[in-house]
Amino acid sequence: MIALVDYGAGNLTSVKKALAAVGAHAAVPRSPADLADARGIVVPGVGHFGATRALDDWWIEAIVRHIGEGRPLLGICLGMQWLYEGSDEAPEVRGLGLFSGRCYRLPANGVKVPHVGWNDVSISRSSAIVQDVGDAQVYFTHSYAAPVTGDTVATTEHGDRFASIVQRGQIAGVQFHPEKSGDVGLQILRNFVALTG
Amino acid sequence: MLSKRIIACLDVRDGSVVKGVRFEALRSAGDPAALARRYNAEGIDELVILDITATLEARRALADTIRAVARELFIPLAVGGGIRSEDAAAAAIDAGADKVSLNTAALENPALIATLATRYGSQAVVVAIDAKREDDRFAVYARSGRTPAGRDAVDWAREAESRGAGEILLTSIDRDGTKAGFDCELTAAVSRAVAIPVIASGGAGALDHFVDVFTAGRADAALAASIFHYAETSVRALKTHLRQRGIPVRL
Repeated sequence: MIALVDYGAGNLTSVKKALAAVGAHAAVPRSPADLADARGIVVPGVGHFGATRALDDWWIEAIVRHIGEGRPLLGICLGMQWLYEGSDEAPEVRGLGLFSGRCYRLPANGVKVPHVGWNDVSISRSSAIVQDVGDAQVYFTHSYAAPVTGDTVATTEHGDRFASIVQRGQIAGVQFHPEKSGDVGLQILRNFVALTG
Repeated sequence: MLSKRIIACLDVRDGSVVKGVRFEALRSAGDPAALARRYNAEGIDELVILDITATLEARRALADTIRAVARELFIPLAVGGGIRSEDAAAAAIDAGADKVSLNTAALENPALIATLATRYGSQAVVVAIDAKREDDRFAVYARSGRTPAGRDAVDWAREAESRGAGEILLTSIDRDGTKAGFDCELTAAVSRAVAIPVIASGGAGALDHFVDVFTAGRADAALAASIFHYAETSVRALKTHLRQRGIPVRL
């Protein structure tokens, strides 16, 4: 079972459906204790960084324990941003701090922000999460983004060059929506499911 | 580079796709799930299901249509038409819609935009504006283009954005179904006024109409129905043409 963490930030139906399409069973845990049975955790989410406040100390403790045992975690969109130290969108809310850096608002350098639509991901280094994925277009919808660091696997350009895929060990994140990115998105989810072995 | 999106619209009545001219004279164009599948195979970027049924039974059937389309397609799906309340929006989203499109309901109760944006995020809230040229301005119409809303399209788009809308779906009533080309002046006026994406709709009839709306019209996305339904143009042929004209598309 893959645990799909519901913290009230958007709709989980499409992520669940996409995981089912790649042969994984996903369930929404009712409490942090349910994470003990999960082979992997997906933290989805859209909207405001402040929504991650709902992931309180109990959830954080259970998620950190899960990671500590070497089990995989995938953050999607806001769920990826939460893996960083924080975000300028809600400076008072701390992120998980698994990746270094803070998320920031994309500058509107001759482009529209929010960044909505299909854009390129340029893969800068090989990593399990991008197995069998070439440079491709995927579906984004966000205004804040994570900085490019040593953990970055792929970047995307929109107003600035930001981290669109990140991975270190069993922890991965994608800024776009793999559940809405056609075959490329499904391949990324398949790669994550493979990590959960 | 961010691609210009090509969106196919399925106007659905009683479970089947229909299409009219200037919002009238509807004729049938097939099964929604079958059409959605074809468009997806051709590389459509997004789908809109627009419910143009009035009855309650048909509205429940719409949830089945949404489910059927969402089950097999992993691209963004918006649903609009008759979404008048938070509950109706929730029903569409629970059935598998990623976005809901509000039109008359947003005009009558603008607070609904913020309610849904808070609950689902702005990316899930599209405000649809049907506009018609009147003298030197663009007047907004409600109720499928029948009732003047007493609003200016540019002002209303700005207000919708400030209330939390994530995108504007802008339809030219004058051009709807005419295949005379998009209203690029209307589209550019609204696109300049807001930071959120503007989807142009109404009038697509030739490949160069899309070129025009992405350049002169400053549109972020373009929506069409009849040009695709009757297989006059494939999505792929359109995108190939756009790329040859230097417009970024997903191919």
